[in-house]
This record gives sequence, C-alpha cells and structure tokens, in this order.
Amino acid sequence: MKVSMKINGVEYERDVEPRRLLVHYIREDVGLTGTNVGCDTSSCGACTVLMDGKSVKSCTVLAVQAEGAEITTIEGLAEPDGTLHPLQRAFQECHGLQCGYCTPGMVMASLSLIKENPGLDERKVREGLEGNLCRCTGYHNIVKAVLQAADEMGVKA
Amino acid sequence: MYPSKFDYVRALSVDDALEKIASDEEAKFIAGGHSLVPLMKFRLATPSLLVDIGGLHDLSYIKDEGDHLAIGALTRHTEVEHSQLLQAELPMLSYVASLVGDPQVRHRGTIGGSVAHGDGASDLPAALLALDASMIAVGPSGRREIPAKEFFKGFLETALSPDELLVEIKVPKGVSSWSYKKFNRRAQDWAIVGVAAVKNGSTKVAFVNMGSSPLRSTGCEDALRSGATIEEAAERAAEGIEPPSDLNASSEFRVHLAKVLTRRALEELS
Repeated sequence: MKVSMKINGVEYERDVEPRRLLVHYIREDVGLTGTNVGCDTSSCGACTVLMDGKSVKSCTVLAVQAEGAEITTIEGLAEPDGTLHPLQRAFQECHGLQCGYCTPGMVMASLSLIKENPGLDERKVREGLEGNLCRCTGYHNIVKAVLQAADEMGVKA
Repeated sequence: MYPSKFDYVRALSVDDALEKIASDEEAKFIAGGHSLVPLMKFRLATPSLLVDIGGLHDLSYIKDEGDHLAIGALTRHTEVEHSQLLQAELPMLSYVASLVGDPQVRHRGTIGGSVAHGDGASDLPAALLALDASMIAVGPSGRREIPAKEFFKGFLETALSPDELLVEIKVPKGVSSWSYKKFNRRAQDWAIVGVAAVKNGSTKVAFVNMGSSPLRSTGCEDALRSGATIEEAAERAAEGIEPPSDLNASSEFRVHLAKVLTRRALEELS
C-alpha cells in the first residue's frame, strides 16, 4: 500500500507491504542509510529516529503506522552547508564514538532527551539513554558529549 | 526480521474499528504496537489483519471524574509518566509508567496496549491490579466494565473477547500510600519480580512476573487484614503462588524475592 511521510523535511511516497518496518522504509525504500539496524528487537536503540519530534525505535514501528508523520534521521541534523549540529560536534569533540555503529541512534535519542528535559545532569542522561547500547562501552564520553551539547543548546540547568 | 504477511486497515472511529475487527476472525487491533510488533516479528503472533486504532486521538486523555481518574486506552506511557493530574492524584501510576522499557518505548507504547496484552511480566497491569482499577471495553453488545481482578486470565489472556476494544481504564482515587518495587538486573529489562502495594482503605499487594498473569497476593492481604505484622504478612506473600523458573531466576528465588520485596514495600507504606 502507498505510504507517505516527510523525512528530514522532504516528502516521500513509496508503495510497500504493510509488514514493511519503518527502518527498512527509511534505509531501503528511501535510501537514507545513516540509521542502523542493530538488535532488531527494540533493545539496542541503533535504529532510533525522531517521529513527530520524539525518539522511537524504527525497527518496532510499521511504516504504515508512520503515514503522514514527520521523521528526522541523523542525515537531517547538519546544516545544508555541512555545519554539524551541536550534538554531532559534541560527539566528535568528546570522543563520544568508537566504532560508530550506535552513534546515529545515540545522537537521535539524545536530541529527544535534551528537548524534553530541561536541566539535564549526568544521572538523567545515563537514565535517559537506557534504551541505547554501545558495545564499545563508550558511555562515559557519550554522556559527556550529551551534557556539552545540552549546555550549548541552552537547555542545561 | 519481518512479521508474516497481513492486511492492514485504519480505523476511523471506535464503531468503525469494531466493524473492521469483526470482519476477520484472526484480526488484531494495533495502537503503539510495542507489545504486538515484537511478537509478530518472532512470529509468535500471526494476525491476518491489523486494525490500526492509532489515529483515534479521542481515546487519548487523562480526566478527573470525581472519585476516580479515567485514562483513555491510547494514552502513551510518556503521557502517563508526565501527567500533572496523575502525579498529583495517582503518583504511583506515573512512577510505574516511568519504569516501562526505555524512553523510546514509552513514546510509542500505550497503557491500553499494555493492559490488553496482559503480560504477567509487565509493570502496568500489576500496578492497576493493586490499584483496583477497572477496564472499559466496547463491543457489538455494548459497553461493559471489567474489574482488574477479573480481567487478567492467564498467559497473554484477558477477559476481552476478540471483537471487543479496550477504550478506557478507570482508577479509583483515595490512595493514601503506595510503593512499587521492581527487581531487575539491567536497565530497560522486565522485572524479575515486581511488587505493587497500595493502601486505599485496606492494603492491596500485586505481583509482576510471579505467574502467567499479574497476581494479587491473597496470603499477604489476608494476613494484614487479620492484624499480622509486616514481617508475618511478607512471609505469606507467595502463599498459593507457584512462580515460573527461567534464565533469570528459579521459582524458589522468585518466592524469596517476592517476600523480601513485599516486606520492603509494606515498610514504605507504613
């Protein structure tokens, strides 16, 4: 069936089976491969994208359920001229990534977390990212990066 | 991982949803899909038709109705977690919702979905059982109210018939104290054992993951009614309950946890 949604401000319409998962719609039908599939069981958070501004695990959403939604993926964060989003820059500066596989999901989950939680502190960031796993175990610098970005985005306590 | 093939329709109203669900014996409702889609990916559920009620925004609300709060079935966990009304009147429910899954799951999952799924390992059904909530279902023969005590029947089995839709959850006010103890080993995990204790006149105690469905601790409640101390009541917490063994805990360990967590919860109540 026809499913249309806005991804990073661009309207897409694709003809997909009802069982198509949102993550595959984004990666394979639209071709935005920045969003990764990790565990495929809504545990690891690698596939996190924003759906109408809130973080969701796109391996556990059917594409048909996202009809008419506004999706933001990692590709939608930087400026058109390539200037990185404060979160992306903070991950780079704080060494918040090692192998990088969890990073797109970490960044998208962090963006939702920062927007929803004024006054973030270390504990709140750690708890707020409980749905995202980093198998390089680089959590320490990820938390640092999120706090730096929250500060820069003007929402830290 | 893909679910097996199914047809998909969107419900435009509650009546439309009931009509569509009746058109196919193997049909299921989907709202947030955070219990159903994982089951479908593992092919543990293979509905032939999904009726999407996700667009029925009228079913998303939290209302003060005097002696109880009414929560629309489509209210997401994140809304239950952050509702000022719930935080003021039934803070336990906000707290328990904050322990479900992780933020992404709470952004999508709905309270009605969690209740209709009826998983004995989920937090909200046991909390609602301790709170003496009741479920409002509509079906071809009209609207009915089902007390939580009669709602959870067995493993992923509830009192809802296949052609009925859960539309609202009614939770009585008047809770004077509460405690919720969730024991798990890692963030975002299900409870190995959870205990919900509520004082609302009498004291009610319900368990997460001590059986195939959420359970009330009749042993503990009877003991408290007859004037037992906290220690004595907690010792009887698992009376008549035979919890399952799995990779996380043996049945014996669950019984031990139930007693310890019940004691801690009751201590918090007093």
